[in-house]
Amino acid sequence: MSARAANTIRARPTRRTFLQTCALGAAAFGSGRAIDRASGTAGLPSSTLTDKQADKSRVVIARDPGLRGSGTSLDSDRLLKLLDRAIQSFYGADSPLDAWKRVVRPGECVGLKINCLAGRGASTTVKLVEAVIERLQQAGITNIVVWDRLNSDLESAGFRAGSSRPGVQFIGNDTAGYEDGLAIHGSVGSLLSRTLTRTCDAVISLPVLKDHGIAGMTFALKNFFGAIHNPNKYHLTVGDPYVADVNMLPAIRQKIRLHIGDATAVQYEGGPSFLPQWSWRFNGLVVGTDPVALDYVGWQLIEQKRASEGMKSLAALNRAPNYIATAADSGHRLGTNDPKRIERLEI
Amino acid sequence: MILKAKSVDRRSFLRVAGATLPCLAGCGLASAASPSLGLRLLLPASDPDAQFTVEAKYYEKLGYRKIKCKLCPRECVIDDRERGYCGARENRGGTYYSLVYARVATAHIDPIEKKPLFHFLPGTSAFSIATAGCNVNCKFCQNWEISQVRPEQVRGAYMPPRDLAALAKQYQCPAIAYTYSEPVIFYEYVADSADAGHAQGIRSVVISGGYIQQEPLKKWCHNLDAIKIDLKSFSEKFYKEVVNGELKPVLETLVTIRKQGTWTEIVYLVIPTLNDSDAEFKAAAQWVKSDLGPDVPVHFTRFHPEYLLTNLPDTPVETLERAKAIADAEGLHYVYVGNVPGHPAENTQCPKCRRVIVERQGYTIGQIHLKKGKCGFCGQTIPGIWT
Repeated sequence: MSARAANTIRARPTRRTFLQTCALGAAAFGSGRAIDRASGTAGLPSSTLTDKQADKSRVVIARDPGLRGSGTSLDSDRLLKLLDRAIQSFYGADSPLDAWKRVVRPGECVGLKINCLAGRGASTTVKLVEAVIERLQQAGITNIVVWDRLNSDLESAGFRAGSSRPGVQFIGNDTAGYEDGLAIHGSVGSLLSRTLTRTCDAVISLPVLKDHGIAGMTFALKNFFGAIHNPNKYHLTVGDPYVADVNMLPAIRQKIRLHIGDATAVQYEGGPSFLPQWSWRFNGLVVGTDPVALDYVGWQLIEQKRASEGMKSLAALNRAPNYIATAADSGHRLGTNDPKRIERLEI
Repeated sequence: MILKAKSVDRRSFLRVAGATLPCLAGCGLASAASPSLGLRLLLPASDPDAQFTVEAKYYEKLGYRKIKCKLCPRECVIDDRERGYCGARENRGGTYYSLVYARVATAHIDPIEKKPLFHFLPGTSAFSIATAGCNVNCKFCQNWEISQVRPEQVRGAYMPPRDLAALAKQYQCPAIAYTYSEPVIFYEYVADSADAGHAQGIRSVVISGGYIQQEPLKKWCHNLDAIKIDLKSFSEKFYKEVVNGELKPVLETLVTIRKQGTWTEIVYLVIPTLNDSDAEFKAAAQWVKSDLGPDVPVHFTRFHPEYLLTNLPDTPVETLERAKAIADAEGLHYVYVGNVPGHPAENTQCPKCRRVIVERQGYTIGQIHLKKGKCGFCGQTIPGIWT
């Protein structure tokens, strides 16, 4: 061990913060339900659900073959309509606005956690983010923060990092900073983004469905590697159990209200980078509140496409995303990867 | 001669390095009162990193803009725009870059004994620097705020090799020590700084976990004056579970360093219940004697709870003494107890006449009874670099 560098600052959790963390964790475990499955009701009482719904995690796959019109770029109007259909269907609401009001409440600061590491082509699309912002504002949200790890990543994906317009801010963790104390769960010890911990009351995750050369695939669960300061440490053993452990951190677990998976273009091989020869114009969105179910469904989509292209499965390449099963196990209970307990709605 | 660890004062630091170094203006690394980590993790987004970026020396280009790093045994395969496990190297369009060249995250003037190197210019100071990043993730890391973060998450000062050597010389440090985090991940900077130092009469020592591939290691051996290796245990299980690394390559590193003739010492941090059994001490000592020889100094040092390993107590002094007794009994000539100031096993004893030839009290050096590398009492050759 090297001698300690004398001018570094210790940032260990105090006994008080440790106890607070334990209490929060215990509360989550003591709730008797691992997650709000099926309805994704952001804390709404479960009495709003039918028994059948409560038993299953609903995942909506909404597609529009004409999403790009006759060209290659996404049609904003059609994308907004696709988003409306997906959200309305997921919540069984009478209107899109009615659905959004189940996700957020006026006065809340809502974070949109995007994934833009790979730049244009394999990042959350700007048009989807704009569509979500439009609906959130109509639902009475006046404070929205679009965030990921680095301002430069935001820029490379087409967002104006550091900029803001009325009610909307775009910011990387490198500018917002990280907490001083480590958040720890299982194999993971990380500093959390202050945007997550301090700025946002609620988070809507907008992950991108794609193959990942090290972690197998990336979607809902792995999107929150962008909330910690040291994701490079957690890609060993195909991300298992690290991806699941990161999602157990209370600040992440408790603030996520909804996942709107961007599957407008699915990188089914060669990810997480954008390689156009393996980018599948799926023209869809995958919506849910159970990140494990979303990942399971997303994984199957990638495998089906790979099989149709004559490619080996991720398992055959020794990169099956086993962290999905870990996230569902009794030590995590972040959701379900049991297809019998997933209500898959394709619209 | 009494030495105290001290930070380089800000004015001198700026005077030597600052004129050409725009990022120093906001750099808190040399100030006595460091800002909190939260502030240290806050850099202006526009902060340019081009000056810290050089193409990595050891990697292989794969198809589709992927690369394979060949610097450490982990051999990360990295997609475009992604980083290796160390967090300090990045693939940009199929070319692999170090992001920490001359990007100094911390700098101090330390006694060489703090490294610890006991058979290397005792009583002198080492100009000690580190960049951010590390290729392992020890649960007990004392310096995780720099080793387990990315370069852009801490304030960094631009300190090119010639300026680093000039600073060491100005502060009358005969050696530069690359330490605190893991010098393997700033390999190119170490190599160039060692050359720049030698040109100004300054030596270079590396304090490392030894998790490095053979080719870059051999080149290091040619331009470094000493390499201290942390042998973190003698168990693959420990390396896998506690270090996130491997033991075997570290042992190969030690053998290569010896074969290349570079001075080396070993530190074994003793952690209660995890690597403190008699059997492990004995196996380690036997291996050192058989594969490296009895003259390689071994320091059994005391653990303090840190980082992710805060549930264990400090190492009892008796445990360290037990480790030393086992290693002594196996025939190692220079076995020390570390992180216990004032312990008699800080002293260097002549293995032949058993007299104390280098007296130590913490980082303070007392009497030295050495004459041209030989015991001042009996004439026994004492291995090391003494002048």
